[in-house]
Amino acid sequence: MTSALANPPRLSVRDLSIGNRTAFVHRVSFDVRAGRILAMVGESGSGKTLIGRSILRLLPENIHQLGGSILYHGRELSGLSRHEIRQLRGGRIGMVFQEPLVSLNPALRIGTQMAEGLKLHLKLGPDEIRGRCVEMLKRIHVPRPEECLAAYPHQFSGGMRQRIMLASVMLLRPDLLIADEPTTALDTLSQREVIETMLELTREVGTSVLLITHNLGLVGKYADDAVVLGRGEIVENGTASEVIGRPRHPYTRRLVGSLPHRRIAAAAPAGEPILVARGLELSFRVTSRSILQAKRIRVLRGVSLTVRRGETVAVVGGSGSGKTTLGRALLRLIDVDHGSIEYRSTDVTRWSDRRLHSFRRACQIVFQDPFSSLDPRMSVDALVGEALRHAGPLTPAERQARIETALSEVGLPGHAGRLPHQLSGGQRQRVALARAIVGDPELLVADEPIAALDMTVQKQILELFQRLQAQRGFACIFISHDLAAVQQIAHRIVVMHEGRIVEEGPTDAIFENPRHEYTQRLLAASPLLEAVSPSASQAAVLSEVEQ
Amino acid sequence: MTARLDSRSRLRLLAGGLLGAIVLALSIVAIFWTPLDPNRLDVLHRLNAPDIRNLFGTDEFGRDVLSRAMTGGTTSLTVAILTVAAAIAVGSTIGFLTGFFRGWTDRLVMILNDTLLAFPGILLALGLSAVMGPRKYGTVLALSVAYTPKVMRVVRGTVMSLREREYIEASRALGNGPVYTLVRHIVPNAVAPIAVLATAMFGWAILMESALSFLGLGVPPPAATWGNMLATARPYLTSAPWLSVIPGMLIAATLLSVNLLGDSLRDWLDPRM
Repeated sequence: MTSALANPPRLSVRDLSIGNRTAFVHRVSFDVRAGRILAMVGESGSGKTLIGRSILRLLPENIHQLGGSILYHGRELSGLSRHEIRQLRGGRIGMVFQEPLVSLNPALRIGTQMAEGLKLHLKLGPDEIRGRCVEMLKRIHVPRPEECLAAYPHQFSGGMRQRIMLASVMLLRPDLLIADEPTTALDTLSQREVIETMLELTREVGTSVLLITHNLGLVGKYADDAVVLGRGEIVENGTASEVIGRPRHPYTRRLVGSLPHRRIAAAAPAGEPILVARGLELSFRVTSRSILQAKRIRVLRGVSLTVRRGETVAVVGGSGSGKTTLGRALLRLIDVDHGSIEYRSTDVTRWSDRRLHSFRRACQIVFQDPFSSLDPRMSVDALVGEALRHAGPLTPAERQARIETALSEVGLPGHAGRLPHQLSGGQRQRVALARAIVGDPELLVADEPIAALDMTVQKQILELFQRLQAQRGFACIFISHDLAAVQQIAHRIVVMHEGRIVEEGPTDAIFENPRHEYTQRLLAASPLLEAVSPSASQAAVLSEVEQ
Repeated sequence: MTARLDSRSRLRLLAGGLLGAIVLALSIVAIFWTPLDPNRLDVLHRLNAPDIRNLFGTDEFGRDVLSRAMTGGTTSLTVAILTVAAAIAVGSTIGFLTGFFRGWTDRLVMILNDTLLAFPGILLALGLSAVMGPRKYGTVLALSVAYTPKVMRVVRGTVMSLREREYIEASRALGNGPVYTLVRHIVPNAVAPIAVLATAMFGWAILMESALSFLGLGVPPPAATWGNMLATARPYLTSAPWLSVIPGMLIAATLLSVNLLGDSLRDWLDPRM
C-alpha cells in the first residue's frame, strides 16, 4: 500500500463495464502508473480496444460505458463535459491507432497533420510549430525532416507512417499514451523500430503507456505491467515478467502456450523437385509524372528457388522484399520478365492460362486475408467444391464426399452451408485451406496465411498446416514476415531482401548461425525468441496445457 | 425472404409494397376498365370539382381525372419499366465486359461513354425526342440512351473494384477461365449496386418522362401520362388544384414505393444481413 501512495496511478480504472444491452466488458479494474508501461493483452473480441477507447470517450455509437469509474489523476473522466474531454484528448492523453494507413489523412501533408495538435492545444505561431515538428522528426531519425513535412503520407512505408504518427502525438508531451495495437499491421523489423521509437519518446517525457496488444512477445520484452483480458474480464494481472513467466490462469497459459517455440526442425525430405525457378526477374511500372518516362521498380532481381516434394520452404522478408510477388509469380498468377519456371521438368513460364489447367490444379494458393479471399456470396461447400471443377469427371456423390473429407480434415465438419461472414477469421482460413487441398495439390503456396489471425488461432492454423502436410504430403512454400512462426513448420528457410535471396538454408542452421546481416537483424527483431526462449518454465506450461 | 430482414426494413418493405401494389393495381386495371372514357370530352362539365360522378374532378376539357390518372399510370409505368430494363441490360453488359477485360476496347468505349455523359441526361433525351417526334416508344428509346452511360459507369467501376479482390485471384489460381470467373464471382457481387441503381433510375425515368411531356415531347396527346397531366394542369393550379394534385401524388407515391422497395432489396441482397 505504501508504494501505491508514493506513486499514485496516473490512470485508475475501477469496475468499468462497457456495452449496449449486454455488457462486452465486465467490471474491469487496472492502474497505469507514472512512467510505466501497462500492456493490455487479449485476443480479438476480448474488449481491449473498447477499454482503450472508453478512456477518451471515443466509443462507437450505441456502445456506452455502463458503469464503473475512470480516474485520471484522481479526476473522474466520465463526468467531464464534452469540452473538457476534448481538451484532454491529444493534449494530456495521446492516442495511437492500429492502422497508420488510415489514421493519417492521405490528402494532407505530414507537416499540416503534425501541426494540428500544436495549433489546437498550445496555440503556437507557425514558425514555432515548424521548429518543433522538425526537431521531433530529427529526434526520431527521419532523414531530411524539412522535406518530410511537405510530403504526403503515401510517400512513406507503414512503419515510417506509424513513427510519424507517434511523433505527432508525442509533440504535445501527453502524460498518458494509449497505443492500440500500434505495430500489428507492420512487419517484424518495422515493429521493432516503432516500439523502440515509442519507448524512447515516452521515456523522455515521462509518459505512461497503455499498450493494447495481442502480441505476447512485445509484452515480455517491453512492458512493465500486464493485464490479460479474456471475454471482457480481467483474468490475470501483475508485472509483465510474472504474467508471461508464470501464468496462473488457464487462459493466459493458453496464450503463452501459443507462442511459437523452438523445436528441432526435421530434415527436409529429399523428394524430386516439383517446381524449379531460375533467375526470376520482375519489375512493375509505376506511374510517374511524365507519360514518356515510365519508371520501373524491380521487385524480383534474379531469384532462383527449388521446391521438392513434401518439403516446406519458408520465404521470409520484410514488407516490400518481394516475397509475395515471388509467390504469385511461381504460381504463374503474374508474368515474370525474365527467368524460367519449371513444373516437373516442363517449362511453364510462358504457357497461357488455358494450357495451365493441370498446373493450376496441382499448385494451389492460400491468401493472407481470409476476409477477402472468399467470395462473400458463396456457401462453404460451394467455395470448396469450386476447386473440383477441373479435377476431372466426378459424380455428385464423389464430389460431395471429397468436399466433406476436406472440410472435416480442416476441422470444419458440418459447416458446409455457412456463408463466409458467419465464420470467424480462423474458420475462414480453414475454408481457404480446404479449398486448396480438396483437389490434392502437389504444391501449396501460403501467402502470410496467419498474419491476420490471433495468436492462439495462429498456432492452431500452423498445426493444421503441419498435420495436413504430413497426411497429404504436398510441398509448401510458406511466405511470412515472422521468423518465429516459420521456424515451427519450415524445413528450409529462404530470406529475401530487396528482391534478392540473401540467405538460404535448413531452418536450424539459419536460426543458430545466421550469416547475412539482414537475417541477423530479422532474428534480433523477432521478440518472441529472445524474450520467451524455450525455458524450463515454458516447457512446464506447455506440458500442463497439453494435459 | 422477410425472415432475413430486421423489423425496420420489414416495415419499409410492407409500406413500399403496399403503395406500389395500389399504384400498380390502378394502372393494370386501367388497361381493361376505367370508370369513364379517359379521352371523352364533356364541355358542359369543364373543371368540375371532385363529386360523385367524377371522383377526382374533371379537367379543362371535361375529361375524368381519375380515369386519366389510371391510364396515365399505365403509360408512365410502362415507359419507366422499359427504360430501366433497356438501360440496365445494355449498360451493365457493356460495363461488365469492359470493366473485366479492360484493354483498348475499354478505353474506346469509355471515351464514347464519357462523351455521352457530358450531355445532361435531359438534354440528350430532349434531342432524341425532338428528332423522333413525340411517340411512346420514342420516349423509351430516348430515355434509355440517356441512362445507359450512367449504368455503364457504375457497373464498370464496381467490376473494376471487384476484380482486384483476392477471391478473383483465387478463382484464377483454381484454374477457372475468365468467363466463368466473371459470371460466377463478379456478376453476383455486382447485383446489389445495380439493383439499387435500377430503383433510383426508375424514379428518374418517371420524372424525366414527366419533364419531356411537360415540354410537349413525351407521349403524344390525347393519351394521358402523369407528366402531361401535370403539364396541362399548370394554368389551373389555383382554380382547379385537383388537376395537379392527383398525378403529383401518384408520382410521389410511386417514387416513395420504389425507393422503399429499393432499400429492402439492397438489404436482402447483402449476404451479411
